[in-house]
Formats: sequence, structure tokens, C-alpha cells
Amino acid sequence: MSKTIVPFGPQHPVFPEPLHFKLTVEDEIITEVFPALGFVHRGLEGLAIRQDFQQMIQVVERVCGICSMIHAMCYCQGIEELMEVEIPPRAKMLRIIWSELHRMQSHLLWLGLFADSFGFESLFMQFWKIRERVLDMNEATTGNRVIVSVNVIGGVRRDLDDQQMKWILSNLAWVEEEMGRLETTLLSDYTVKKRTVGKGVLVKEKAFELGTAGPTARASGLAQDMRMLGYAAFDQLDFEPVVQTDGDCFARSKVRFQEVLQSIDLIRQAIAKISQGEICIKVKGKPEGETFTRVEQPRGELFYYIKANGSKHLERLRIRTPTFANIPALLSILPGMWLSDVPVVVLSIDPCISCTER
Amino acid sequence: MLHDVTCVSREALVGEVAKIKVQGYRFVTLSCVERNEENFDIFYHFDKNLSLKHFKISITRGLSVPSISPVYFAAFLVENEIQDLFGITFEGLVVDYERTLYLEPEIRSTPFCRYTVTETPGVGKAAVVESSTEDP
Repeated sequence: MSKTIVPFGPQHPVFPEPLHFKLTVEDEIITEVFPALGFVHRGLEGLAIRQDFQQMIQVVERVCGICSMIHAMCYCQGIEELMEVEIPPRAKMLRIIWSELHRMQSHLLWLGLFADSFGFESLFMQFWKIRERVLDMNEATTGNRVIVSVNVIGGVRRDLDDQQMKWILSNLAWVEEEMGRLETTLLSDYTVKKRTVGKGVLVKEKAFELGTAGPTARASGLAQDMRMLGYAAFDQLDFEPVVQTDGDCFARSKVRFQEVLQSIDLIRQAIAKISQGEICIKVKGKPEGETFTRVEQPRGELFYYIKANGSKHLERLRIRTPTFANIPALLSILPGMWLSDVPVVVLSIDPCISCTER
Repeated sequence: MLHDVTCVSREALVGEVAKIKVQGYRFVTLSCVERNEENFDIFYHFDKNLSLKHFKISITRGLSVPSISPVYFAAFLVENEIQDLFGITFEGLVVDYERTLYLEPEIRSTPFCRYTVTETPGVGKAAVVESSTEDP
């Protein structure tokens, strides 16, 4: 059988961002995969030595729009640790509320795109209809729909009053109800199962060996979620990671679907437990020292290494995003698959190229 | 702050990494830091049960580093990234982009290095120039 090399991407209907795979196929079966990155690499880490450490919050928020709040939270946590700052309890809960809203809108975006990848247009639109309501909550509480810019070093810049929290709770009830309506379609529909069950299987041992992160790892049976570290105020909330064991595309969609419902629960808990008080403390001085900090982004573990020398510029900022960790897994699961399944399988890890190419 | 950082030599690196793989550590990533005009530090981050462990190697500019990608395949991407951005060569990379992961083949500079080593024609030795940290 002769080999053919098929270019997949960088421009492809399933990719909102440019990623390229050189697929070697025999007949229609993939035998080798070679990834190519660098189409939109921006060198944002390099800006850390040029920008003020306070200005870097705006930079890290723009590493990725979809999880901007969580990037900024991770960065602020790192700087706060270096400056030995303990943020107010209310600020910690507010960070959880906005970060979980972010996770919801990211997962809903993905669920829609995933449905679109196998041609289920109406399901795509239904998920995005729900996502709009989450974006409305972001807009009403922060002034922005996606890049919410609420984090500052020392806390958050906005507060939620009782009326806003009640409004969020009522909207979450609507989101939960709408998700319930789509549950049967996503998890029981013949078309969805035909395109996703048994496709792109990543077994638990392989997922661990390849350093996989986030829902991709949890769908393979790894109970690994950085929220278990208890950062912000997660240690005060009841939380268990959502885990599936099949390791296929269907399991990945189930994990993300259930995590939307889990985020609703976490926001309810946070609102129930939030205390009155300050939302931000004034921070003086400049950071000095080295630290590592981790949080759970919608796509998985987000890792920051920060090195500061007591000046206004950081000496080094290193960002490891979850998609960067999940690409090796993709290279492992694609060989042996049909060419027609590649779009669904590639999308199943929720690739975020703007994160990958910081 | 930094906890559980173990300094290892270049020669012992791959062996130490292989040992902790056997102990059940998951590969997280590498972080490269340019210490000064002569030296780099590379941190190797691993996780087990949400607890991080770090190895640190210090290398002199111009020296290569053994790749850990034969042990942890997932390391090949970040090692290629460091090759691109810092100009450090990794020996034994399982997939070597030869500094074209992010950069075009004709690029010879090291975008994330504060210090740039340049050959001065006629002088016959390398000159070290520190780049500005201020915005242009």
C-alpha cells in the first residue's frame, strides 16, 4: 500500500485557530502524525521583561480569551505568593464564581463546536444559546463578556451585591434546566454515539505517561484536577473531580458536560458561603523570588513559573498551558484511525492554539 | 516559593528522570531561565498526587543538554521550544525540529535571551550585549 501525506490544517473548518498536522495515510488509515506549530506564536512570555508586573495581568489575560480570567488568577496568585499577600476571603470566593462562569462558557463553546464537528448543527446552536446566557452574566457583573478583567494583585476589582447574586442564581437555574434538556441528545443520541464512542481511545496508563491534563486526562480515568489543591477557596467547597474511564471522544464530551453542571454547583456553594468584607487589599512593594503556581483551566492544568528580582519587571514568566500538554496524547491516539475521524478526535482534546502559542 | 528542588548534573539528569518515572511521577513541563550572560537554569517539573517535584540543572551557554524525551515522550515539544527561544541544544530529541518549531529556518537569533552573543568580524571573539528591558 502506498503512503500519502495529507495536510490537515492550519486552516480547517473544525479549527477556530491555526494548527497543522502532516498526516501520513495508507488507504484511509493514518499511520504517522507530525504536528507543526508556530503560525501565531506571539512571544507573550517575553513581554514579562519589558512590561511592569502589574501590566502583565492584562497581558496574561490575552494569552487566551476563553480562559482569560483563569490565566490572570493564576498569575495574581503567583505574585501574591511572592509578595506574601493573603487576599480577603470574599475576594477568593469571587474569584471562584467568575472562574467557574469562565469554565462554563468555555465548555459550552466546546460542546457546540464538538457537535458542529460531526455535523449536528442544531445541537451546536442549542449549546451556544446557553453559552450566551453565561456571557450575559459575565457582562452584567464585570462589564465584559469574555475578557472579564476582574483580577488584581491583592484581590478582585469588582464586587457582587446580593441582588446580582440572586440574579446569577436564577440564571444558573435556567442554564441547568436547559442543560438537562440537551443531556439526552448529547449522551444518548445515535448519531452522536456513532461518531464518538470508541473513537480516539486514550487509556489511563498512556494518558498518565504522556502528561495529559484536564478533561482529556479525566475522561481516561485519571482523577487529576488542580482544584483539588484548594487554591482560592476551593478547600472550603465540596468538590470531587468528574471522571470517566472509557477514554474516547464520547467520554471527553461527557466529562465536559458534567463539569458544566459541577460549575453551577460550585458557584451556588460559593454564593452560599461568601462572607462580607473587603474585596481587595492594597499591595505595596515589588515581587522578589521564584515561585510555581497551578490552577485548573477549562482545558486542564495551567502552570506558571514566575521569577522576580525586586524590580518592576519580572525576570522570567513561564506559562505551560494544558493544550501544550495534550498534543503528545493526540499524536499517540491518531495513528490507526480513519482519516474521516480526525476532525472529531482532534477537537475532542479542545485544542486552544492561542494558549499553546503564547 | 520554591520547594522540593533538587539540583542535578547534566550527566545524571536522564538517569534521575528515569528513576522518578518508575516512582510514578507525571511529566509537567520544563522552565528555562537565563541567569546571566553565561548561564541558564532549566527546571524539570514533575507531579505525583498533586505534589510537585523539580529538578534543576545549570548549564553554561553553548553547552548542550541531554534530552529527556526518550524517557518522557511529552518533553519533546517543550525541549524544541527551548531550542527555539533560548538557543540551547538538546541531544537525543525524539522529534527534533532543529529550531523551526516557532521560528523560520533562516532565523539565528534567540528571542527570549536578554543577552545576545555575537561574533564581531575582525575581532575574532564573541561580544556580549545586553538588550534593553524598556519599551522602545
